[in-house]
Amino acid sequence: MIKAILIFNNHGKPRLSKFYQPYSEDTQQQIIRETFHLVSKRDENVCNFLEGGLLIGGSDNKLIYRHYATLYFVFCVDSSESELGILDLIQWPEQHPKQVGSQQVFVETLDKCFENVCELDLIFHVDKVHNILAEMVMGGMVLETNMNEIVTQIDAQNKLEKSEAGLAGAPARAVSAVKNMNLPEIPRNINIGDISIKVPNLPSFK
Amino acid sequence: MALKMVKGSIDRMFDKNLQDLVRGIRNHKEDEAKYISQCIDEIKQELKQDNIAVKANAVCKLTYLQMLGYDISWAAFNIIEVMSASKFTFKRIGYLAASQCFHEGTDVIMLTTNQIRKDLSSPSQYDTGVALTGLSCFVTPDLARDLANDIMTLMSHTKPYIRKKAVLIMYKVFLKYPESLRPAFPRLKEKLEDPDPGVQSAAVNVICELARRNPKNYLSLAPLFFKLMTSSTNNWVLIKIIKLFGALTPLEPRLGKKLIEPLTNLIHSTSAMSLLYECVNTVIAVLISLSSGMPNHSASIQLCVQKLRILIEDSDQNLKYLGLLAMSKILKTHPKSVQSHKDLILQCLDDKDESIRLRALDLLYGMVSKKNLMEIVKKLMTHVDKAEGTTYRDELLTKIIDICSQSNYQYITNFEWYISILVELTRLEGTRHGHLIAAQMLDVAIRVKAIRKFAVAQMSALLDSAHLVTSSTQRNGICEVLYAAAWICGEFSQHLQEPQQTLEAMLRPKVTTLPGHIQAVYVQNVVKLYASVLQQQEQAGEREAAQAATQLLVDRLPQFVQSADLEVQERASCILQLVKYIQKLQAKEVPVAEEVSALFAGELNPVAPKAQKKVPIPDGLDLDAWINEPPSDSESEDEAPKAIFHDEEHKPSRHRQPEADEEELARRREARKQEQANNPFYIKSSPSPQKRYQDAPGVEHIPVVQIDLSVPLKVPGMPASDQYVKLEQERRHRQRLEKDRKRKKQKKEKRREGRHRRHSSLHTESDEDIAPAQQVDIVTEEMPENALPSDEDDKDPNDPYRALDIDLDKPLADSEKLPIQKHRNAEVPQSPDKEAAPVLEKKSKKPKKKEKKPHREKERRKEKEKGEDLDFWLSTTPPPAAAPGPTPSLGEPEVDTVVVTAPAEEGDEPRRAVPEDEDEDERELDQKPSKHKKKKHKKEKEEKTKEKKKSRRKRPPSEEPAEEPVQNGTPEGDPLPPMSSYCLLAENAYIKVTYDVQGSLQKDSQVTVSLILENLSSSFLKSMELNVLDSLNTKMARPEGTSVHDGVPVPFQLPPGVSNEARFVFTVQSIVMAQKLKGTLSFIAKNDEGSTHEKLDFKLHFSCTSYLITTPCSSDAFAKLLESGDLGMSSIKVDGITMSFQNLLAKICFHHHFSVVERVDSCASMYSRSVQGHHVCLLLKKGENSVSVDGKCSDPTLLGNLLDEMKGTLAQC
Repeated sequence: MIKAILIFNNHGKPRLSKFYQPYSEDTQQQIIRETFHLVSKRDENVCNFLEGGLLIGGSDNKLIYRHYATLYFVFCVDSSESELGILDLIQWPEQHPKQVGSQQVFVETLDKCFENVCELDLIFHVDKVHNILAEMVMGGMVLETNMNEIVTQIDAQNKLEKSEAGLAGAPARAVSAVKNMNLPEIPRNINIGDISIKVPNLPSFK
Repeated sequence: MALKMVKGSIDRMFDKNLQDLVRGIRNHKEDEAKYISQCIDEIKQELKQDNIAVKANAVCKLTYLQMLGYDISWAAFNIIEVMSASKFTFKRIGYLAASQCFHEGTDVIMLTTNQIRKDLSSPSQYDTGVALTGLSCFVTPDLARDLANDIMTLMSHTKPYIRKKAVLIMYKVFLKYPESLRPAFPRLKEKLEDPDPGVQSAAVNVICELARRNPKNYLSLAPLFFKLMTSSTNNWVLIKIIKLFGALTPLEPRLGKKLIEPLTNLIHSTSAMSLLYECVNTVIAVLISLSSGMPNHSASIQLCVQKLRILIEDSDQNLKYLGLLAMSKILKTHPKSVQSHKDLILQCLDDKDESIRLRALDLLYGMVSKKNLMEIVKKLMTHVDKAEGTTYRDELLTKIIDICSQSNYQYITNFEWYISILVELTRLEGTRHGHLIAAQMLDVAIRVKAIRKFAVAQMSALLDSAHLVTSSTQRNGICEVLYAAAWICGEFSQHLQEPQQTLEAMLRPKVTTLPGHIQAVYVQNVVKLYASVLQQQEQAGEREAAQAATQLLVDRLPQFVQSADLEVQERASCILQLVKYIQKLQAKEVPVAEEVSALFAGELNPVAPKAQKKVPIPDGLDLDAWINEPPSDSESEDEAPKAIFHDEEHKPSRHRQPEADEEELARRREARKQEQANNPFYIKSSPSPQKRYQDAPGVEHIPVVQIDLSVPLKVPGMPASDQYVKLEQERRHRQRLEKDRKRKKQKKEKRREGRHRRHSSLHTESDEDIAPAQQVDIVTEEMPENALPSDEDDKDPNDPYRALDIDLDKPLADSEKLPIQKHRNAEVPQSPDKEAAPVLEKKSKKPKKKEKKPHREKERRKEKEKGEDLDFWLSTTPPPAAAPGPTPSLGEPEVDTVVVTAPAEEGDEPRRAVPEDEDEDERELDQKPSKHKKKKHKKEKEEKTKEKKKSRRKRPPSEEPAEEPVQNGTPEGDPLPPMSSYCLLAENAYIKVTYDVQGSLQKDSQVTVSLILENLSSSFLKSMELNVLDSLNTKMARPEGTSVHDGVPVPFQLPPGVSNEARFVFTVQSIVMAQKLKGTLSFIAKNDEGSTHEKLDFKLHFSCTSYLITTPCSSDAFAKLLESGDLGMSSIKVDGITMSFQNLLAKICFHHHFSVVERVDSCASMYSRSVQGHHVCLLLKKGENSVSVDGKCSDPTLLGNLLDEMKGTLAQC
């Protein structure tokens, strides 16, 4: 069983947390902190397995993680999972094409769904990441390991979502498109958005 | 309306969405908390609005805040509102929020039941999917109970996307509602062979999780998993199965034998490291389970160790880590094979990666010998000095202690060295393991008598420098060693050189800063020390000094009397009074030393930790029986006085003891004494235990060699333990020289005698050669006499998985079914049915009762057969002839056949059995009001299924008419003749071949032909080869590299009278028509006269039926299928049928691979699917004595042929 899946950045800021066992919010934060602590002090070229933290699980549990640029992907699993299998599940390692666990994986799926995924995608679309994860792992058990299958289902769901939004969704999408146009520069003030909306918005009322 | 919607959406544009929230938080880094609380206020406003889109947006933001650690449980109700939105977009947001924050304690969760049920049966697969995903995170026992049946139905959904989710979530349901496991298990098992790989993988996943917790219940699935293991190509599934086998083998060593070969093949062939690693792991598990009496597996061990070495030598740290991990498993049973890789493991100790060093440490445990212990520990000690993190250092510390103390200090040759190692370890700052070191010190000092003198010297030094150890008491666990030091100095004070000095050290004011329990030990041992000081000084006649010691105690003890710790206080005040009394006596110049010492006379022996537990309960003692009559608590209060009254009346007569005469009493006294003598825990008033100890033979006779302390111990600049290493080396060297000298002498003598004996002059310094420096008598721990050798540790009763420890092989009982939602109002329109129901019930009641007994018998028999199946599957040789029946001569080969085919059944059975009794059940329950009727129906069904199963085991039927011996005398109304799908292929004087064709689940357009070859002759049949003339449409699958004209060898030989089953795969292009293939079986028959080459020609008939695969189908899916209009229709009618409808159904299900979707009276709908995915639907109606079959199928030709074949079957009825 997978006990938890955590994504946080190099500073320990959570980007995604999924617990498959109930914990209170406080405990969840403690677990994230502890895990970050354990993982972040490890060198780059050491092994990706770690005997579990104290808070989650116990001796039966392991932390299996990968570190990409600014993000840590951590899976907390018990002994019924194969260590190498889970590593493959996070990402098929480039340097070891011989570890053909299965042709799948979390990071690559994210990459496909977000087109060159980066930390910002995860920051602003944590809900989508959750949806992708839900197609891969369910209730702590691996549901699907075939990336194409996952992407197909996600696409179909997105399409469904779009069709539901229909007419009413158009203006909202336009607004968010404008809002997103220059993310970092805009000093956070909704009024600016207010003015600029009107221009792209008008055509839809014709 | 549309305008309103648009207006709503304009309003919405100005609300913050998730992205805005995130951006806002990022821009308010300084006052994040304030900003978020502002946002939460906004969200609360949004949640109050009617617009569901606004609510969903708010909930979406809450989910993000939850990740940041904010409690959002206050919005639980709003989340449920969003979950029940009609749009998928919002529903998904709602379920996601619920999955993140709902748990068993969420009170509104019970409101979700109906919503979830609705979503589960939604026509959109994504609504269903999202509900399943959400539910998997927050399922509660109530939800599990209420929804189990709905989820069960989804397991047979037409879409694999839903099927796999439904299968996976069942594990969560089982955990929360264990009663559902047995009813759901058959279907789960059947999903192991689902055509969709995702569903299959999910089923494997669930069963592996279940089996991991309670492996023994899943042992019977081993053949099925074995089949999957040898056929699956999905590495993920393979890994899971192989891991599962790892859990199963300890329970069934024969399974291990069977596994070794395929696993070693996989190890050789796979390129996937993950798979290779799991294979090695399971092979290790197998070898462990086989470790006794299997000498010829050394090759497998070697293979594993070799592969692991490759992993460990890999540059990838992950592989290195796992290699070491697996190595440590081998170490437990085959230490020798690991020891040869010592170099590699020692090398890993220097790895920069801490995890790898830790794993290497684990292995060291098995690497040590008498010879290298000191060297290895020395290496570890340098690591201790270098180590940065406390965790790694603590780990090192425990490992050093583990290594040294293993198997009763087996490898320690010099205990002085060990004590100095322990003392060195006390210099570690901030370790958590002070108590471990302390325990070791105590243990060694108590159990190794020879070392006491040395230990006491070291400990007194430690006490003297206690201030070093206690410098930072609070966070420091190391002060625990003072506990040991104080105790050792006190208990063995006779060995102290300077007791006076130690006494003072123990009474320093600083001691009061130590933890209470250590102070308590200090106080207690101060007196012991004091006693020996007194004795020494009195003997020496130094009265003044003795009085000074007393005065010291009187002065210093009050500081302990004031201690906050009760234990310390109590002991201190007791002792203070004692000392004051002594002081008085001393003032009168009375010699007191003897008496004070007497307080502590006697030796304390170590008692084994489980000693108490192992005292056997004497015969006739029932610990659970009440000593007095238990007070009855079931009686209510007003009844109580009555009872007393009642008691009073009878008491005198009932409770009067029979007067025992004098003799009887004496006898009893004697018996009691005897018992006390045997009881080690009875405290006897016998003379001083010390004396008895000396009387006891054997203990004191062990020669205790004086320690030679001639070499000065304090070499400046070198830790003490290093010195010992050096000393030890010198000592060994001397020893060796001496031995060599002796040997040479011997040789010389021998030479002089003129004898030439082979004598190895090389000194192979084996462990045995090294004589320990001290003659060590390790006092073994005390155990009660005739202790029971039970080591089982009680299982944790709170383990949630224990509830799932359920026997799955037992057939389902009536009471075991999933609770089903009942529509009460639905009863009204169906009221006419009600009248019919009771009548039916009455009718059926009688036979039901009668049947009960044989029913149970059958169950038992079935279980037994099941066990035999597994047994056979596991055994490598043909089983002994079956139990003698009424017709043994005829029966023997038949039974053989039966058992041989058993593994195939494992897989097929449930497919046929389950959908019938469950699908139908569900349907019935929805429609029919009478509960009893339902039950009865189910029962009938069960009966039928069982009959069927049973009958399938008795085959071939052509030879054996319905006179099965076991069924004789069982009153079964309307018995169904035994059925077999195997029919005769060809037969000659040597061999008889029967065959069956089954569609393959794994691949489209493939069928498997199972041949049962039975040797009828007295010759030995070998080199059997099967060859067929391929047609354009149908081809036999031949091994690569062989031409179409080559035969395929049969993978076994047949001794006389034996039968076995072989399987061949055929690929078929078009399946709409029946096919015939001509073929030959060639073989060599060998008997006493010689061997002949023989041939048997045959015609293989592939009926259309054989392309069908029994596939369950829910009635909803069935209805949709019929409505879709893609299916062509055709029908047949057969007259003159007398067979009961039930049997008829069973027959069609069995022979034509259909499953019943729904059955109403004498009308049933059935479903099956071809290997190429054609749907075939049937409606079977029985008239007076005719049967009509309407069929619908996506291919008219196929349907026509199928109906023709069915006509043939029906005509025989």
